[in-house]
Amino acid sequence: MKLSLTGFQDAFVDALYGVESAAMAQLSEQPGFSVYRNTVMKGCIDALSANFPTIERLVGSEWFRAAAAIHVTASPPGDARLLNYGEAFPAFLDAFEHAQQMPYLGNVARLDRCWSQVHVALDEPSIDLAALGTVAPDDMGRLLLKPRAAATWRWFADQPAYTLWRINREQLEMPENLDWIGEGALLIRSAGRVTWQAVSATDCLFLDACVAGLPLEQAAERALELNPALDISDLLTRLVTADVFVSAVVEPR
Amino acid sequence: MNTQQMGAGLGLKADHYDAALQCAASGLWFEVHPENYMVDGGPRLAWLEAIGSRHALSLHGVSLSLAADCPPDPLHLQRLKALADRVQPALVSEHLAWSAWRGQYHPDLLPFPRTHEALQRIAGNIQRTQDALGRRIAIENPTHYLRLDGHDWSEIDFLAELSKVTGCGLLLDVNNVHISAHNMGFDAGAWLDAFPGHAVMEIHLAGHSIDPGNSSLLIDSHDAPVADEVWTLYQRLIARIGARPTLIERDDHIPPFEVLMAERTTAQTVLEAAQ
Repeated sequence: MKLSLTGFQDAFVDALYGVESAAMAQLSEQPGFSVYRNTVMKGCIDALSANFPTIERLVGSEWFRAAAAIHVTASPPGDARLLNYGEAFPAFLDAFEHAQQMPYLGNVARLDRCWSQVHVALDEPSIDLAALGTVAPDDMGRLLLKPRAAATWRWFADQPAYTLWRINREQLEMPENLDWIGEGALLIRSAGRVTWQAVSATDCLFLDACVAGLPLEQAAERALELNPALDISDLLTRLVTADVFVSAVVEPR
Repeated sequence: MNTQQMGAGLGLKADHYDAALQCAASGLWFEVHPENYMVDGGPRLAWLEAIGSRHALSLHGVSLSLAADCPPDPLHLQRLKALADRVQPALVSEHLAWSAWRGQYHPDLLPFPRTHEALQRIAGNIQRTQDALGRRIAIENPTHYLRLDGHDWSEIDFLAELSKVTGCGLLLDVNNVHISAHNMGFDAGAWLDAFPGHAVMEIHLAGHSIDPGNSSLLIDSHDAPVADEVWTLYQRLIARIGARPTLIERDDHIPPFEVLMAERTTAQTVLEAAQ
């Protein structure tokens, strides 16, 4: 029976991922079929390897590629831009039965994704402290601070995920004792380079409030609920000098 | 630089951005896969723009999936158009193959039976692409590894007909012809002699390897210098059809920029001799 083009493509994709059919038998038995099968699998695994370098360093290439192959079969890329591939990889690692001894892998993978996202984010300028100096003191409470697309942050409540990520990303030796505490990370691209720093749960909460469009007074209130000793002026200075914000506009009354 | 001034070019590699920007060799141009630059911003795109301000660029797509039995993804076309508007490439090309299907992307250039049905579908897809981009594109002959039943058309007639119906150009990959001839058992020289030279907008040259498995297949691995047999086929082709922009592709085991430039000089010499 002659297949339609659609029928051929459905059967070919099934055979690529190991689902054989009578229609494809004549092709999938040829040695050439494994060239396609291997190229597709290699392309996907190489993309995960490029997108999750910290995971590969943590677990080694052999383990990484074996785990990646399982993930590729379950979740092939949905986007031809392989730079974006691996959205579901952190959750896969969270649940992966052979990674139960490394429950931090998923969060470390989330930080690799943060890096990739920041690396290709929109080019936007950042405001400096002088921009805040022009705001009248009475208007400060109504200041709307908008984070740049090239700034992202994440809080991990029960794992030192940032330290684990940073040490491997910077190719340093793991310390003998690691405090098993919650950690947060802020990743920013400035002048073409992605940099990272530790941030607190309060910093993350404040930044989330800024993204939600809350003015400074309300964003600060939320942060103070979590940490009553917070020095808002210090927090603002740190974040502004880290190039986090693209704009600071006073909300009209 | 217009396409007539384009001599031999190189695939652009991130490790070579600085050297590529500085190099002033006559006729030099650079090719990239647009998929790697369809991003909002950042240093990758900035480098491409900088290199594009000094050298002609070619966008060589691998994922439009023109041979899939469905229209190209409109969002992907929009992104390609946005990138083309931004970097103003001298050439835009794609493959006679499919890779995206039912919302999934399979990163390879997959084969299909060259039927009348496929011809109609692909001609429509090329037309859509050319309309979306507002320009002519070139279609490349892929490498073959499988004996497929049900072809209504030979590959050359199929490509020539697509060019006739849609006005598209052709990208002739000489290494792919050499590999396919070996794998499928035909004569590469005779095949190239029959290829419609007037439609060729660009030529690709690359290295290949022998299947590490048990087959005797050649693999389009782009991980080695261009083979002697491929240089011989290339010289014969250029002697027949004249100079065309020619790319040296290398995607694995990438040597220093100077080594690629030396290989590129071989192609440039062939092109200059034909002018």
